[in-house]
Amino acid sequence: MKKSSIIGLVVIAIAVAIIISTSSSASSYANFDEAYALATKGSDESIHVVGELKKNALGEVVGLQPSQDMLSVEFVLVDENNKEQKVYLNQPMPTDLLKSDKVVVIGGYKSDRFVADKVLLKCPSKYEETSL
Amino acid sequence: MILATTVHTAFGNIGHLLVIISFVASIVAAFAYGKAASTDNLSDNSWLKFGRYSFWIHGTAVLGTAVTLFLIIYNNYFEYHYAWSHASKDLPVHYMIACFWEGQEGSFLIWSVWNALLGFVLIKTNKKWEAPVMTVFAAVQAFLASMILGVVIGDFKLGSSPFLLLRDVVSDPVFLINPNFIPEDGTGLNPLLQNYWMVIHPPMTFLGFALTLIPFSFCIAGLWRRDFKDWIRPALPWTIFGGVILGTAIIMGAYWAYETLNFGGYWNWDPVENAVYIPWLILIASMHTMIIFKKNDTALKTSIVLVISTFILILYATFLTRSGILGDTSVHSFTDLGLSGQLLIYLFFFIIASIFIAARVWKELPTSEQEATAYSREFWIFIGALVLCLMSFQVLIPTSFPVINKIVELFGGYSSLAPPTNQVEFYSKWQVWFGIGIALLSGTGQFFFWKKMDKDKLKNAITFPILISLMLSALVFVLEDIYNPVYIVVLVAGMYSVVSNFKIMIDLVKSGSYKLTGGSIAHIGIAMMLVGIMFSEGYSQVISKNTTIISREFTEEQNSDNVVLFLNDPKPMAGYSLLYKSEGMKAEGIPGYVKKSHLDDTEDPHYKITRVNISSEGKQYAEAGDTLYFRVPENTYHEIEYTSLSSGKKFTLYPRIQQNENMGGRVQSPSIKKYWNRDVYTFVQLEADFDDEFTEWSEKEIIKVMPGERFFINDYVANFKGLERIPSVNFVDVGPNDAAVQANIEVLIEDNQKLLLEPKFVIKDNNLARPAELNQEIASRITLENINPEDGSVELGIETTQKDWIILQAIEKPQINILWIGTIIMIFGFIVATRRRYIEFMKMRDKGLA
Repeated sequence: MKKSSIIGLVVIAIAVAIIISTSSSASSYANFDEAYALATKGSDESIHVVGELKKNALGEVVGLQPSQDMLSVEFVLVDENNKEQKVYLNQPMPTDLLKSDKVVVIGGYKSDRFVADKVLLKCPSKYEETSL
Repeated sequence: MILATTVHTAFGNIGHLLVIISFVASIVAAFAYGKAASTDNLSDNSWLKFGRYSFWIHGTAVLGTAVTLFLIIYNNYFEYHYAWSHASKDLPVHYMIACFWEGQEGSFLIWSVWNALLGFVLIKTNKKWEAPVMTVFAAVQAFLASMILGVVIGDFKLGSSPFLLLRDVVSDPVFLINPNFIPEDGTGLNPLLQNYWMVIHPPMTFLGFALTLIPFSFCIAGLWRRDFKDWIRPALPWTIFGGVILGTAIIMGAYWAYETLNFGGYWNWDPVENAVYIPWLILIASMHTMIIFKKNDTALKTSIVLVISTFILILYATFLTRSGILGDTSVHSFTDLGLSGQLLIYLFFFIIASIFIAARVWKELPTSEQEATAYSREFWIFIGALVLCLMSFQVLIPTSFPVINKIVELFGGYSSLAPPTNQVEFYSKWQVWFGIGIALLSGTGQFFFWKKMDKDKLKNAITFPILISLMLSALVFVLEDIYNPVYIVVLVAGMYSVVSNFKIMIDLVKSGSYKLTGGSIAHIGIAMMLVGIMFSEGYSQVISKNTTIISREFTEEQNSDNVVLFLNDPKPMAGYSLLYKSEGMKAEGIPGYVKKSHLDDTEDPHYKITRVNISSEGKQYAEAGDTLYFRVPENTYHEIEYTSLSSGKKFTLYPRIQQNENMGGRVQSPSIKKYWNRDVYTFVQLEADFDDEFTEWSEKEIIKVMPGERFFINDYVANFKGLERIPSVNFVDVGPNDAAVQANIEVLIEDNQKLLLEPKFVIKDNNLARPAELNQEIASRITLENINPEDGSVELGIETTQKDWIILQAIEKPQINILWIGTIIMIFGFIVATRRRYIEFMKMRDKGLA
């Protein structure tokens, strides 16, 4: 076997390993029901759930409660299927949480609770102003 | 607000005209140079001259466009949308430069400016390559100029112009009343970008982008003119130079993130960072294969593929970051200017054109039949280049998830690939092994430098560096307690690369060939960076950990990484005593910070009135009642004093919180204490906001005090000095039938300082108002409830709450300086190498061979 063929094979093998590792580490976007189903199956994989904070008729955010020492926060998130779910976040409340129109929580169910390790906030971008 | 000023339409018209000229001239130049390149008649150079003139006109127009746009920003012409949305009056000149590239149009423009300047250099320095190379250059410039052309034909929009007037972009009734309305101030540069690195990082990045066009153009020119080998020599110095510029730009961006953002590091594997890292690795790989080719005529095909890939990946990076496709995966916000279609065309044009040009001559490319032996330098460099490509590929795949999702959807499928939850861990676990591979290869490959090697010679050469590096590594293990097996491998590999490259460098210097040391110096730098990254990231630890149970709701044990600090209440943490002393703001012309509780607002957030005299080190800077200017009033700094529990040494950090509407809220920035062997990185996660709904106030206590009487507010000694009539309340003058008084109260706080409270009692239009005076420093809210004229006493309402607090996180980053020193050494090595290769090119050119 030529040396170049061996090198070629090794490169292909590593590339395949990279692709397999990537697809197995990739998370996925899901709703709460799917995330729950996954957790009951015994998977502790982290899931991205996209939703909005629960609001009352006046448009005020409800169900948001920082812990006593402000070091963690719980809030109610409504996913795309309108399922409401209490989410616990073990971090001080992100300052712009109340203003965000979309929240991505990354985490999973732990005995009927959704525990988020991380949240990503999508804020109404004022990056490009279109009004005075 | 409405000022009777003229709208400076001339600037916009000139700017727009210059864009059109540059666009047309670049197409003409591409055509003329193309004609010149396809003719073999060397005596007739009329097309060449025509192309050259067209490119000069093009380049001059591009420079003119940039100057015009800068003048619009510099002169605060807020009638222009670009100036209004990116600049403001309060910016110093260096940040006005940053405004220039905050918007997409400006950043396309700076890219185009670099290309034009590099084009001028190439015209001056090249002979036989000018025509074909400049054809490619002019074609790329035509695409770039089209991005800011701003021509609308029906529904079709070609480019987005930076010279649009505000009234043409924003529909607001004010323009119906007065079409010449000019806003008094712009909306400003995003305060997060008001940092010196943001003045220098973007133009460096775009210079790097522009430099990748040079090897690409030479490569295409070589394939086109069937001059398959000669293009490498002139392209190589520019490739190396591009490598150092783009590499430096990446590190600058990382350093900005480290200083400004609060994710606790310098690299977060965000798609925006990856987008530039991917082509940089391929660029470095192409540089190495070109060096192999210069030595022994192999690896030509690989070089061609890599050079083309580098440029295509730069275009792909541009597409990723500017089309808005990263929306859900990146923390950076990019608005879609509606240019994604144009960007796609740009990308596909160059992919298809390059593949076509390469495929046409692929079979004719010379190949060497001879296999490289495992004892040749070229063999190992080639392996190194392969490792770099795999390294790049591993980042490319997950970064492209949003693109993959889109493509699957396009074909009717459904794909919901999301980035790995723990990005840093995911990328690092692969990249660290590639890094180890690079370190080992760069250490070993260099030994094949000057002579033919065989097993025995190699053994002789390599034994000494291996022994030394093992000894040094062992010393570090013991001193730094490193047990993680992967980190041990990193350390040994890095140490080996440093030692062996150092040995080679010494040998080269000894033999007088210091000009050839570029490679070994750069490799030492890279290996040091690897070791620095291993220490600072691998052993980065949150030192603000504590074991308080946050919530019993959590099923598993979770410790908190954050610590709550109450004002003036010291708390021990990781060998320090931490004391949160005050909340301050940065006033222009005054050293240090001014306490927030001493400041009164005015109508303009940039101006505030001080209630006390401000002095520093014996010099008085302001008297009570003076108005102070705050250039960035969005910034609040928290004074935190660290006292070492062992040595008693003190230092103070000022982590920042920025009220940033552009980013949707508050942005936390760290403050960093640098030691020679570590950084202590501290940021405020959350600050108390007494106005918010979560603040619980005590029941109002009413007390009656006489002038001069002492009393207590929230355990602080206070003194009622007396009543005072005031002429205006909240910037509104008090009318003849109204009355306004304030009670002057002095509160004695920590460090023998005094605080003034001024609760007011206002009768306006027969309405009574008792606005509360809130003071965060003493966590109290005071109202002037009643005034008893008979004895001069007043009744005060006092509400108190929990003391002012902040939630803080502190991280220790060991040996981070090795990373920064390594970076500087790498840059220096690259520059030495660039110089060497450029001199080689000049010599050959002057012999008429290039």
